[in-house]
Amino acid sequence: MYDKLIFELSREGRKGYSLPNCKINKYELPKNLKRKSELILPEVSENEVMRHYVNLSNKNFGVDTGFYPLGSCTMKYNPKLNEDMATSPYFTTSHPLTNQAYTQGSLEVMYKLSEALEEITGMKKVSLNPFAGAHGELVGLMIMKAYHDDKKDSKRTKVIIPDSAHGTNPASATVAGFDVVEVKSNPDGTVNIPALKEAMNDEIAGIMLTNPNTLGIYEKDIVEIKNIVHDGGGLLYYDGANLNAIMGESRPGDMGFDIIHLNLHKTFSTPHGGGGPGSGPVGVQEHLAKFLPVPEVVEDEGIYSLNYDMPDSIGQVTGFYGNFLVLVRAYTYILTMGNDGLKEVSKMAVLNANYLMSLLKKDYLLPIDEVCKHEFVLDGLTDKSTGVTTLDVAKRLLDMGFHAPTVYFPLIVKEAMMIEPTETESKQSLDSFIEALTIIAKEAKDNPDYLKNAPYNTPVRRLDEATAARNPILKWEK
Amino acid sequence: MNKYIPHTKQDIKEMLDAIGVKSIDDLFVDIPDGVKFKKDYNLENGLSELEVTKIIGDISHKNRIGMVPFVGAGAYDHYIPSISAHITDRSEFITAYTPYQPEVSQGTLQYIFEYQTMMCNLTDMEVSNASLYDAFTGAAEAAMMANSATRRNKILISETVNPSYINVVKAYARFKGFEVEIIPAKNGLSDLETIKGKLDKEVSSVLIQSPNYHGLFEDPEEIVEDIHANKSLLIFAVNPMALPLVKTPGEIGADIVIGDAQPLGIPISFGGPYLGFMTTTKKLMRKMPGRICGQTEDVDGKRAFVLTLQAREQHIRREKANSNICSNQSLNVLATTIYLATMGKQGMLDVANMNYQKAHYVYDEILKLDKFKKVYDNDFFNEFVVETEIPYKEIVKKTDFCGIIPGLDLGDNKILFCVTEKRTEAEIENLLSCLKEL
Repeated sequence: MYDKLIFELSREGRKGYSLPNCKINKYELPKNLKRKSELILPEVSENEVMRHYVNLSNKNFGVDTGFYPLGSCTMKYNPKLNEDMATSPYFTTSHPLTNQAYTQGSLEVMYKLSEALEEITGMKKVSLNPFAGAHGELVGLMIMKAYHDDKKDSKRTKVIIPDSAHGTNPASATVAGFDVVEVKSNPDGTVNIPALKEAMNDEIAGIMLTNPNTLGIYEKDIVEIKNIVHDGGGLLYYDGANLNAIMGESRPGDMGFDIIHLNLHKTFSTPHGGGGPGSGPVGVQEHLAKFLPVPEVVEDEGIYSLNYDMPDSIGQVTGFYGNFLVLVRAYTYILTMGNDGLKEVSKMAVLNANYLMSLLKKDYLLPIDEVCKHEFVLDGLTDKSTGVTTLDVAKRLLDMGFHAPTVYFPLIVKEAMMIEPTETESKQSLDSFIEALTIIAKEAKDNPDYLKNAPYNTPVRRLDEATAARNPILKWEK
Repeated sequence: MNKYIPHTKQDIKEMLDAIGVKSIDDLFVDIPDGVKFKKDYNLENGLSELEVTKIIGDISHKNRIGMVPFVGAGAYDHYIPSISAHITDRSEFITAYTPYQPEVSQGTLQYIFEYQTMMCNLTDMEVSNASLYDAFTGAAEAAMMANSATRRNKILISETVNPSYINVVKAYARFKGFEVEIIPAKNGLSDLETIKGKLDKEVSSVLIQSPNYHGLFEDPEEIVEDIHANKSLLIFAVNPMALPLVKTPGEIGADIVIGDAQPLGIPISFGGPYLGFMTTTKKLMRKMPGRICGQTEDVDGKRAFVLTLQAREQHIRREKANSNICSNQSLNVLATTIYLATMGKQGMLDVANMNYQKAHYVYDEILKLDKFKKVYDNDFFNEFVVETEIPYKEIVKKTDFCGIIPGLDLGDNKILFCVTEKRTEAEIENLLSCLKEL
């Protein structure tokens, strides 16, 4: 297997670039401004660059490689048409600070995508500016705070977050300047109503919820939760990470949420890109629209423009207008799927999850045995006597050509394996995954040590992560 | 059924049987009736590839392209090697997620490690993270990092930075609850004397940008000792394209370096997605936000890479984390890594110099037109400000006709022009003759 760093291919004087001759060369940078330290960058030919990164790509696993059931990440197929639309030079060469008459197309995409997302979520107004889910959470919480500030209600400094929530929820609350009140969930991750009632008081600004929650369970008491929080003067925040479960079935706006964020890189099929760029639009109800970040895209008789005149806005949270090319991809997807297709998405995503859950509970412990939505959580192997952990199972899956599920999350399930198949997987694909997990369960009984040392067939084997953190080597040195 | 959904009627039947329910609706019985969505979305039904291509194509054509940009101000039109998209489009990179399973993510992890090395070398700093969203949120992250590292709560920002830095940091500050003080400029540069005078026990950090918003090089070196003596930190915002030529943040003594790597191989794309970078010192490493990739070994002793120092991050520390950032702009990290690998040491020196030369040439020639006046005496990189009595509206009318996007209107009769290595002799002559006719 290829194992060089690009720096190790470097030979002095080799080059991979070409630039036109520059006839002008009479200007001299003042001496006191000149760089003194050596610039160390690779000196390699174009062929070497290409081969190097193609070889690296071969060490990666993507949705296009195989089944990627990473729970709460919605690793669905990323349509190639989205890529073609987003890489059009009409979009990629459009400058953000020119005369808006030159960028009407870009503005129209943003405007129409916002409208579509408003319809899908039942919210009044959507801002596309936030860069990612966590950024959307932060922006949403800023709006929550601005709302209470506006009402001169300065006592509300705390946000309620269930212990089953994504880690970004409490972190975002802190960055938005809130204190976090963590409430214990029911065993199925749903909100514990007595605990919520007890936590609710006039210091609570609102609650952050994911519905369906991280265990894939729909909050049956959502209306009661809404009433408790609203009656107590708080707002409801919806983490849209799991929207793929409920399109066409239930809308956060109708559930009573005041603020939501979406992850376009999950539900709306834009690629995860190895960790980003994503996009995390924020939607609000009418009474909160004035707090949305600047700028907003507005339309007047078919002419689109950017509006900065929003005196109550939380302000500017991005350099420009968000991850625009990601927005083009999501809009392409929404046009492709349409009303009928989006409804089909959630139906099939939920069917796939329930099918896997039903067949895997034979060998794996299913802590919550009820109908799930787009994902479900197993608590490791049913037979705990072998000592084989969820980590071992995950690593062995890699040997068998599958990506592992999300493991050890949510925190309320000890040996959690969080499995989200998405709607784009076929029955054959699910069946082969079930088969692999069944084989692993058998291996765990027959030869547990073999699993403890997995994986065997991957580009590298199990890593020493502790030393990496203790003695960090974070860059290559000569 | 839609082409992205593989289920046949037979599949569905078999799956429902295996689950033990009669219909798909039985899987949604848990949604209470009161919040059930029983209508259709007010959206068209799904369309074919041909139809979608036509619709998006028609919308895209409402953008006017082919105009020659002489505007930058945070979004720069630079050359991108052809090879770049051929690599970033590879499915194995674009359809992967965060490298949570390092054994099957060495591709992503290794290019992040290479990127971290390149950004450290370019900025002359010790440690880089795996990227942030953009330069502007990067400044807010840097401010919060500095506050946490110094246990203080106030940041001084020189007025000469891009105003978006000020706006974004202020938005974060309002909610997180820290103080921002803007220090007025002096002759287009940071007023270092005043900044020095403002250093007190509240000040966690000072943010200065070079080249600054008006394109001028800044050199805060003379107050770095004072900043450090006050136990505060210097946050230095840079344009990475200028770094091959100019005194490095490391040489100046910066503590946290931020900026946008958009000039390094990332298309302008109406403002995003871009690539916020951050580098710092070893001392501050454990306070840095975002993902970090480190080198380690596997059980067979083979070199490998893994996300590390995760004890800083939100999924471990939850409400105690310094930052809520979860993702990085990984695919753009790849684009910048390819760019820097392809350009290499000599290419970066050449391209940076071309920006410098061409911008200075255009500056001199515009001043010769005598409709435009000099504003500053200091040296600049690839952007410069000129002053004119001609209303901006009239300039736009004229440049529109010439197929040119002029510099940015700064108000007060000032215009911020940008000239990159991509501007050809002919394009430059076109600009000059166009402005001459005003």
